[in-house]
Amino acid sequence: MEIDELYQTIILDHSKRPRNFGELPPPATKGEGYNPSCGDEVVVFISQSPQGTIEQVRFTGQACAICTASTSLMTTQVKGKTVAEALGLKRTFIDFLTQDAIPATGLGNLQALAGVKKFPQRLKCATLGWHALEGALKTNVG
Amino acid sequence: MVVNSLAERYRADFPILDQKVNGFPLVYLDNAASTQHPNCVIDEIARYYREDHANVHRGIHALSSRSTKLYEDARARAARFLGAASADSIIFTRGTTEGINLVATSWGTAHLGPGDVILITEMEHHANLIPWQIAARRTGASLQYLAVHGDEGTIDWSDLERLLSQNRVRLLAFTHISNSLGCINPVRAICATARRHGVTTLVDAAQSAGHAPINVQELDCDFLVFSGHKCCGPTGIGILYGNPAVLDDMQPYQFGGEMISRVTYESADWKPGPHRFEAGTPHIAGAIGLNVAMDYLETIGRPAIQANDHHLGEVAYERLSRLPGIRILGPRRERAGLISFQLGATHAHDLVAYADQFGIALRGGHHCNQPLMRKLGLQATARASFYFYNTESEIDRLVEVLEAAIKYFGA
Ligand SMILES: Cc1ncc(COP(=O)(O)O)c(C=O)c1O
Repeated sequence: MEIDELYQTIILDHSKRPRNFGELPPPATKGEGYNPSCGDEVVVFISQSPQGTIEQVRFTGQACAICTASTSLMTTQVKGKTVAEALGLKRTFIDFLTQDAIPATGLGNLQALAGVKKFPQRLKCATLGWHALEGALKTNVG
Repeated sequence: MVVNSLAERYRADFPILDQKVNGFPLVYLDNAASTQHPNCVIDEIARYYREDHANVHRGIHALSSRSTKLYEDARARAARFLGAASADSIIFTRGTTEGINLVATSWGTAHLGPGDVILITEMEHHANLIPWQIAARRTGASLQYLAVHGDEGTIDWSDLERLLSQNRVRLLAFTHISNSLGCINPVRAICATARRHGVTTLVDAAQSAGHAPINVQELDCDFLVFSGHKCCGPTGIGILYGNPAVLDDMQPYQFGGEMISRVTYESADWKPGPHRFEAGTPHIAGAIGLNVAMDYLETIGRPAIQANDHHLGEVAYERLSRLPGIRILGPRRERAGLISFQLGATHAHDLVAYADQFGIALRGGHHCNQPLMRKLGLQATARASFYFYNTESEIDRLVEVLEAAIKYFGA
């Protein structure tokens, strides 16, 4: 069924057992994502190394399976990346979900969210964590 | 029994219900958001556009007088539908939301000031909450709430007497039927208490006008609002009833054509009666469609619809309450025909997406009740809401699909 394309096994797995779930204490920065249509909220915490790479990333929040899984998968992908690389990945991911015929190159297991293409009303769910990430990356430390 | 016989008799009037969604027969359970339209409403709107359309109250020509008559007939029908003494107390609006904004602006500006209290309940839809927040901010009045207790969503209405005598309450605005809890507030008793204290009342009848008999003279409310699209009528049209004593000295809400009597370059004065509140060209076809919808509902009879609602609401409560891990909002008995619930740890959006794959239309979210959901420690619930064309077997189908969803999303 079409629904199985949306809720792939890896999505259900990450929604039930989200990776990197929890908070990071300051001086980690945080960014918030809020979806007014359903009240879903995620908060993403980031700590950066002196070299400017993402050292640790965690998230909290209560959200639907798509949002939780997407945010969880995101945390597994951005660790070790520079700010520019992480923001580039965000753009690629959103393009992949919103435009036709965008190759999944470099997306790794984020490809599991391809089903969202057929459920455009869930796009917001799939990208909420990424917007929160961007917020955390753009918050100035200290 | 009344039950199911309503669906048996009237379901075929709704062409939209006869379709498959994702390969399954459509089970439309999102009636609290918007109901569907019977053929008679759809046909009359098409007929009006084919044969009678022109602007109202303006032309001397034949089409304009026909459309004016149809528009004013709809007003007269709305008065009968609500038990109002005169069509002059019926104002056409875009819907419940605009009706409340009209009252909050026009009545609020003239009657509220520092030290005054606007009293509403914690179960109000955002439409009956935010306009009062804004009115309070603008006038210096304060906004207070009658508390909702527990998942049952009960309000201790016996406390009303005390609240009204201890505070300078000017306005009491509350919903007749809650769109998220499905509870039914005792409008008549509430308005009687308010009347004793000289408090103006507004009843949000969005969920009740098409579901229960309403007589504004018996209820003795000052304002009552509802939307056409929640009672078989079109979107973009609604009714505001205003008690003539209150309406007479109210200032207009918007300004422009239709609502004036004499205009100079320096100033203007207003038409009397409801036209003062209807600036610009109204939603004529909407009013005409709503007229037919109200007529249709009166043929079925709102007491019969109400009994059917109660039955479907209680059946749904009984059958859903057997699902493991379910949390149902609202009272067990004496409930309206809607049920909101949370199913284990599964998020409402996931449930709704899942049910949709089996042709079932539910609503998932905060139902425009964010503060209430927060108070109950919920973010979102799924909601099934019924109308007289729904059947018990559709509830069974819902239960079946929810059982499958538990397996699908379960831990
Ligand atoms: C209780 C209640 N009040 C107000 C509204 C707002 O109605 P509308 O969007 O038609 O203006 C609704 C609709 O959801 C409702 O259920």
